[in-house]
Amino acid sequence: MNAHQGTRVSKGAATEPGAAWETVIGLEIHAQLATRSKIFSGAPTAYGAAPNTQACLVDLGYPGVLPVLNAEAVRMAVRFGLAIGARIAHQSVFARKNYFYPDLPKGYQISQYELPIVAGGTLDIVLEDGSRKRIGVTRAHLEEDAGKSLHEGLAGLTGIDLNRAGTPLLEIVSEPEMRSAKEAVAYMKKVHTLVRYLEICDGNMQEGSFRCDANVSVRPAGAEKFGTRAEIKNVNSFRYVEKAILYEVARQIELIESGGKVIQETRLFDPDRGETRSMRSKEEANDYRYFPDPDLLPLELDAAYVESVRAELPELPDAKAARFSAQYGLSDYDAGVLTASRELADYYEAVTRGVPGQPKLAANWVMGEFAAALHKEGLEISAGKLPAERLAGLLARIADETISGKIAKEVFEAMWANGESADAVIASKGLQQITDTGAIERAIAEVMAQHPDQLAEFRAGKDKLFGFFVGQVMKATRGKANPAQLNALLKEKLPG
Amino acid sequence: MIDRPTVTQLAADLRARKISSVELVRACLARIEASQPALNAFVTITADQALEQAEAADRELAAGRGGPLAGVPIGHKDLFCTAGVRTTCGSRMLENFVAPYDATVVARLKAAGAVMLGKLNMDEFAMGSSNETSYFGPVRNPWKTDLVPGGSSGGSAAAVAARLLPAATATDTGGSIRQPAAFCGVTGIKPTYGRVSRYGMIAFASSLDQGGVIAQTAEDCARVLRSMAGFDPRDSTSVDIPVPDYLAGLDAPLAGVRIGVLKEFFDTGLDAGYERRVREAFAVFERLGARLCELSLPNIPRSVPAYYVVAPAECSSNLARYDGVRFGHRCSAPRDLADLYKRSRSEGFGPEVKRRIMTGTYVLSAGYYDAYYLKAQRVRRMITGDFERAFAEVDLLMGPTTPTVAFALGAKSADPITMYLNDIYTISANLAGLPAMSVPCGFVDGLPAGLQIIGPHFAEQRLLHAAHRFQRETDWHTRVPERCA
Repeated sequence: MNAHQGTRVSKGAATEPGAAWETVIGLEIHAQLATRSKIFSGAPTAYGAAPNTQACLVDLGYPGVLPVLNAEAVRMAVRFGLAIGARIAHQSVFARKNYFYPDLPKGYQISQYELPIVAGGTLDIVLEDGSRKRIGVTRAHLEEDAGKSLHEGLAGLTGIDLNRAGTPLLEIVSEPEMRSAKEAVAYMKKVHTLVRYLEICDGNMQEGSFRCDANVSVRPAGAEKFGTRAEIKNVNSFRYVEKAILYEVARQIELIESGGKVIQETRLFDPDRGETRSMRSKEEANDYRYFPDPDLLPLELDAAYVESVRAELPELPDAKAARFSAQYGLSDYDAGVLTASRELADYYEAVTRGVPGQPKLAANWVMGEFAAALHKEGLEISAGKLPAERLAGLLARIADETISGKIAKEVFEAMWANGESADAVIASKGLQQITDTGAIERAIAEVMAQHPDQLAEFRAGKDKLFGFFVGQVMKATRGKANPAQLNALLKEKLPG
Repeated sequence: MIDRPTVTQLAADLRARKISSVELVRACLARIEASQPALNAFVTITADQALEQAEAADRELAAGRGGPLAGVPIGHKDLFCTAGVRTTCGSRMLENFVAPYDATVVARLKAAGAVMLGKLNMDEFAMGSSNETSYFGPVRNPWKTDLVPGGSSGGSAAAVAARLLPAATATDTGGSIRQPAAFCGVTGIKPTYGRVSRYGMIAFASSLDQGGVIAQTAEDCARVLRSMAGFDPRDSTSVDIPVPDYLAGLDAPLAGVRIGVLKEFFDTGLDAGYERRVREAFAVFERLGARLCELSLPNIPRSVPAYYVVAPAECSSNLARYDGVRFGHRCSAPRDLADLYKRSRSEGFGPEVKRRIMTGTYVLSAGYYDAYYLKAQRVRRMITGDFERAFAEVDLLMGPTTPTVAFALGAKSADPITMYLNDIYTISANLAGLPAMSVPCGFVDGLPAGLQIIGPHFAEQRLLHAAHRFQRETDWHTRVPERCA
């Protein structure tokens, strides 16, 4: 899909020294739909199997076989469309995109062309200054993926693996409305969050389940016409998208400023060199000879069906973030972080339920210690390393002052390491906070007796030594003295 | 023993144990073998498997079981995939292609008890009207072997005409059942688009292709079609409408049936002798109480050009999978990918297939799509509209199946346009997806002529009824070529 038309920047503007350039970006995101079977066959979609073990006769494009549309893929596309407030086409049409390639078994890809299933939605992204920007989604359409050509370990030969052939994709095409690499990444992340919320894509970028093509052009600031664009194909990480766009923008500006012209072409991003390279120019581009696939009838979706899908939609990220702010008194930032994935949001809410009245404490711990521990070990919440009830159990001990926040970090580490409950760790390590006034008083008395010189100095007006006594008592109680009580008692005892 | 019996007669005799399937199959195989040098109707003869299937059918019948076609010999046009038996599509490209699965039509007929004797010759990828484009050599017309049998289902029609088989499957994209049926003096039905599953039927033009039957009589067509037709979840274009019992009511009176005579089918291209046979057939229907009226379908003359845009367009895409990578012909020692594609396809496809791939590629190309493909689709809708209006007034439409009787081998092969015009009366039913039949209606200079009957969507029963009543009054369908008698 051409996200926008290329028009050459006028030479006068291009060569003007110090001209300010505006970047124009549109993204085409390919989200692999999380169906069990392929879009037009019953073969499984599981990733990583031995080559050509997950491809049936339909995927192999055998003579005589016919495609049958997977209803689950349709439902997933409709979920996405409804989530971005788009129109769900009453009638959409599958078309054949014809070209020869060894990993394209039929010699055509079944896609949607003139009448996509989803058209005209929007997504809001948050910019660095905290403001919101609305990005238009032109369309989203269903299509099948191709197979893979393998070159490694096959000296002089090309291997074909058709496991991926026929995997359902939703191609999500944005308007050319992003003006910086950061905006593009924010948009891509937003789509990533959304498709996982909707449980229509696992979002796994390493495995290629979520990847994008970026259409990038530049124009003099204030110009109306778009510059000629380059399409950067198949970028599969947020970082690479940012780097690829930044490189491409700099390349185009430099090219124009040195008197050259950007040509419409397809480019590849090389992550090792951090640069984009020309793959093919517009002149070399295929004429895909799209026409409606006569093996598939137009897809008709009635209002009742669409409403039934709408009724199953989960709470969406923006709505959830707004609710978190209102219900839990969280900042917009915290609410945004906690709703970045459905798993994290669900985890947070489960923690808050376990420790009522402490939503901020829960937020701090989920975003802090918990997120850090997950990150350190490269784990997902779904790995179940620390169930929400366990973390809530720990926070409850902070809330009821059994332990201090500092001790809690020690308890957390033990819980993380051995899977015990907070109470078990606290009991086995004897970490309960000392709140017994008599016990704290005894410890203070001992410390005062052990440090007569410092006591004398303090009493002579060296107030700074207050901290010394706090530290000594804490040391004596192995950190378990209730800090507030200790402070109050020291203020009472030290002056004599 | 098997010179005349129909599917109907044979199925009854087999069930009554008057004959065994094994002896029947042996007799047919002997005739097939003997006919091959003169007719070339078969690409592959599956004698051993056929005898095994016949033995199994005899056991079933002996036990009082067996499907409606138990033990009845049939042949499949060589584009229906048959597990373990090669399916060539009449092409060098698939000369050694063995499908790992049965087409739905094949599986259903097998389940009904029919015994497959082999795969029938055809025009390459069903593209042709004379069977001369087959890589395995032309089929010859049993009535006169220097004539073509018609195409693309020439092997099916010739085999039934020569009484090698009582019935055969066939397909019809632009007349490929009806035209050879007419040329060979047999009965053929192309059902409504979507009535018979296309799963396992190697595609030529997906929106036009439809599987059907060629047999001696309308009653036999009904009997075989009953076992073939029906919704198939593996074909998204098959229609989920119950299959009626096509045999029920075949003998009901025709009185009051309204028959439209298509004015456009009696144009200047129609042979005068042929026209007389067709009009004589009309008279038979009138005697049977049908009411005839003349009707005009103004867009019919646009059928051939529209068809020769739509069908090649679809074929150019459908045949892209034959790239030498996974199956089919691969050139020797390709230098690189482009060479692999170019030589495999150049060597694997014959000239008519190449012509249509190129035509189709052209009409779908950027800058030509609107002028050709879209326009042809509009014409197609107009033609469909013409038929809809006609069927508001009449129950059936009738006319000649072809403009002339069978022509000589080589007579039209140098000029594709002349060849294409042979399908001028049959193509419109494909464009509109309508059921249509060809029924023997007499002879012109000793060669068979065909009466075409077209009905509204899913009116197969109405067609079969009219054809059956006609065949009760006439004996054209019982005539056998002298050399085959």
